[in-house]
Amino acid sequence: MEYVILIVSAVLVNNFVLSRFLGICPFLGVSRRIPTAMGMSGAVIFIMTLASAVTWALQRLMLDPLGLGYLQTLAFILTIAALVQLIDIVMKRFVPPLHAALGIFLPLITTNCAVLGAAVINMKEGYGFFKSVLFGFSAALGFAFALLIFTGLRERIELADPPQCFKGVAISLITAGLLSLAFMGFSGLVK
Amino acid sequence: MAIDITSVLIPTLCIGGVGLVSAAALAIADKFLSVPEDPRVQKLTECLPGANCGGCGFAGCADYARAIALDGAEINLCAPAGGAGVAAIAAVMGREAGADPERKVALVLCCGDSTEAVRRAHYNGIADCAAAHATAGGDKGCTYGCLGYASCARACPEGGIRMVNGIAVVDRDACITCGHCVSACPRKLIKLVPASAEIHVLCSSKDKGPAVKKVCGTGCIGCRICTKLSGGAIAMDGHLAVVDYTKELKDPELIAKCPGHCIRKV
Repeated sequence: MEYVILIVSAVLVNNFVLSRFLGICPFLGVSRRIPTAMGMSGAVIFIMTLASAVTWALQRLMLDPLGLGYLQTLAFILTIAALVQLIDIVMKRFVPPLHAALGIFLPLITTNCAVLGAAVINMKEGYGFFKSVLFGFSAALGFAFALLIFTGLRERIELADPPQCFKGVAISLITAGLLSLAFMGFSGLVK
Repeated sequence: MAIDITSVLIPTLCIGGVGLVSAAALAIADKFLSVPEDPRVQKLTECLPGANCGGCGFAGCADYARAIALDGAEINLCAPAGGAGVAAIAAVMGREAGADPERKVALVLCCGDSTEAVRRAHYNGIADCAAAHATAGGDKGCTYGCLGYASCARACPEGGIRMVNGIAVVDRDACITCGHCVSACPRKLIKLVPASAEIHVLCSSKDKGPAVKKVCGTGCIGCRICTKLSGGAIAMDGHLAVVDYTKELKDPELIAKCPGHCIRKV
């Protein structure tokens, strides 16, 4: 039950994009076409889950014992960036199809704030290893969910005929705002 | 004030160590796991125009370069690069340049303009062909014909498509064969045809003759006169005459003989 609440909370209530406002750049940047959004979602889910595991180990096994908690941000950025590059190389070698699908998105999320945010929140909440990984995974799932909804909306808006002053980015931002407002409706579902 | 040197040293060593370990891991991975990329791919990408128009059938210039180097794709598929581009690619690949690619241009296979074609409804929605087509099959009487909402004209990077009397007309000199208009047309009316071909059947309606006549004054009624006169260069696809561009077709008599007035010189 505890885990179910964790997942629901990360996907819906505290959705990374729409409630915590993390990962806005890919949210607006790769939300033009559904296939691109799917690729990005896949890459984020993959990286965020792994990054949660690695940063948990880094924090609990190195930073905490040495009393270096204040270096968290720096250390996390460093390891996440290296991790993504490493995965890029490994993936290219061993699973070329996956690399072809996710490859171009990997460099984009090396310094993604959503990935870093998941890692930092894991530490702040004091989650254990398994819970950290689960939280990373479900937060990324929430990101993918929001991204796909938004992409679907944007694809339709392309066909619509908004007033001249709202065309393009303006109407996209308004849509994102309304979507965020809609997700606020979930607050209170999980404490 | 005494400074505790360890409070500086430990974090420095710590973060430095993390960085060093990461860098070492990346260096090792790069050395032992990286997939060597064919150096020709980079050179070929530079030979291509970099417009990523997709006219060659690949997902962009880099993708086409990779296909040439690794999968032995044809080297003369890039229309924007032209003969000079093909020669440059051939030099990189050490291959004969071969013949220049035959220039193709986009052609709208419909001539039912607003004086000839019937409109069965008044469409008042979004001025976009896909939207009009999705609204009960469009406002044009002919469900195959050009809707005239200029989706192809907006897709054209060269601005080479104009709307003339309610149908799209391609400026053949401006066309760079990118194929954007081909994919923009919801009715698949636009085809890339050889620039040297002069005579075309400007109709895409697959309906039977009477049905075509009811909605358009310049549609193919499937009478087969042209198939007999052309000596095999025009063939029937159901009730529609289609030009086979691999065969020579120069006989101007066809134009006068077509009772549907849809065989025209472009």
